[in-house]
Amino acid sequence: MIASGPSRALAAPSRPDRGLFPYLLGGCLLVTFALSWRAAQVRPLLLFEAEGRHNILKFVLGAFPPALSPDFLQLLVRPLFETIWISVLGTAIAVGIGFPLSFLGTSNIAWSGILHGTDAGAPLRRAVKIVPYAGVRLLLSVLRSIPEFVWAFMFVRAVGLGPVPGILAIGLSYGGMLGKVYSEILEGVNERPIEALQGTGAGRAQIVLYGFLPQVLPQFVSYTLYRWECAIRASAILGFVGAGGLGQQLELGMRMFQFNEVLTVVGILFALVAGVDWLSAALRRRIV
Amino acid sequence: MYRLEGLTKRFGNLTAVAGFDLEVAPGERAAVIGPSGAGKTTLFRLLNLTLRPSGGRIWIGARDATVLHGRALREMRRRIGSVYQQHNLVPRLRVVHNVLAGRLGVWSALRAVASLVRPTDAEIAYRALEQVGIPEKLWARTDDLSGGQQQRVAIARVLVQNPDIILADEPVSSVDPSLANTILRLLLDLAAAGGKTLLVNLHTVDLALAYFPRIIGFREGKVAFDLHPAEVTDDLLAQLYAGEAAASVDDVLPHDRLRALPGACRPLQA
Repeated sequence: MIASGPSRALAAPSRPDRGLFPYLLGGCLLVTFALSWRAAQVRPLLLFEAEGRHNILKFVLGAFPPALSPDFLQLLVRPLFETIWISVLGTAIAVGIGFPLSFLGTSNIAWSGILHGTDAGAPLRRAVKIVPYAGVRLLLSVLRSIPEFVWAFMFVRAVGLGPVPGILAIGLSYGGMLGKVYSEILEGVNERPIEALQGTGAGRAQIVLYGFLPQVLPQFVSYTLYRWECAIRASAILGFVGAGGLGQQLELGMRMFQFNEVLTVVGILFALVAGVDWLSAALRRRIV
Repeated sequence: MYRLEGLTKRFGNLTAVAGFDLEVAPGERAAVIGPSGAGKTTLFRLLNLTLRPSGGRIWIGARDATVLHGRALREMRRRIGSVYQQHNLVPRLRVVHNVLAGRLGVWSALRAVASLVRPTDAEIAYRALEQVGIPEKLWARTDDLSGGQQQRVAIARVLVQNPDIILADEPVSSVDPSLANTILRLLLDLAAAGGKTLLVNLHTVDLALAYFPRIIGFREGKVAFDLHPAEVTDDLLAQLYAGEAAASVDDVLPHDRLRALPGACRPLQA
């Protein structure tokens, strides 16, 4: 054992004590997991029981070979483009909602002063400025707390079947997400250039344009592209509630036990997502 | 140009600037020296109206800058040009935009957008870069430049801003010695040519004594001495730098931590 203790003058300072917190946190996570397991009645072995095995086998065997007849493929052309339109327009609406709101929902831009301080001199003015900020934060939370699936369900009731409810659903729920993430990115900028710009006498709008936007642009673009990718996947799900696109074909195939058609649609979705991934990587390289 | 009366700045219970008086005449050039942690950077941020003092007054010309808000505050800031230690340019913008950012205090938001799309005053930026010796970098991306070149861009930004007062906070601490001389001379020449007041925080005593007609020794948040360089003795310097200041404000409160202490500091609002 190495000699140690308070008598040694040059002992390294011991690690700061973090108390019980790490153990409590770990314990809580374990308990949560155990309770969730029980509550959700997870029984993984179900997959391997006779009936489960049988169903899986039926699905897999039914899926091969995938349906590639010209007639079926021709049938998919329209839904394919519909899916792309839904994702593009939905994401565009989401950016239209999230981009402006993110600035209003960022505390130092909206009310607390560009350099995050507090101006003790004008409490009333701060109180007035904080109202739209709080409103925007609330709106963003509401938009993203309702899943796009539920939005789509409501819009199908409101405007009928077709791609429009899908577009609106993605636009609203993703608008909430984009707004939140954008504003987190805005909060993370390097403040030194911001301070320098404020020092030249620039106003808030000018500081946002020259200090914030150039710093956040690459991250904004890359997160938006990621959301677009998610939108393509989401639009497949939305088809299940009648919001158009490839999802409707997917649902049809499932319901009719045409698993080979399901596989074809899944393959197309995969190609689509991979293509978007490739495209967004190329775009990021250009912009960053 | 500046008249400071009992200027004080506290962060929580830490006193960074401890209440002192000082006058700087228009067109004067002075160096502020002192140990790290003396509060020089806090003083700099008070003088360029980034921080609001806890007490005392800052008279600029005939106006008390400590009571200004909104537009009047921005207009006063426009008259003060600042050169920082480092990292005060927007890295991803082209040099031309960083230089023209000196005009942001004058431009409308619309004008600022237009210039981002297509620089409206590229000619002005080019002239300023010529004066600091790197005109060929006009269209370069700022993060492609070396530290010394970036400091020149920062000075070009001040030129375009055309302020009455130039403040520089350790402008040469991150560049090599020969470049340090060049940059200081550049600042002095520009101030002299435009009849501008120049205040520079310097860590290097030799440079301060060599270039400035007035030396302000700063220690523990106060002016320790305020003399012509010929009168600054080794004794005085030894006293100024004796030990290291116990509570180093610049270490305790680095720039990026300010936001972690929202109640502790009170930056001015635009």
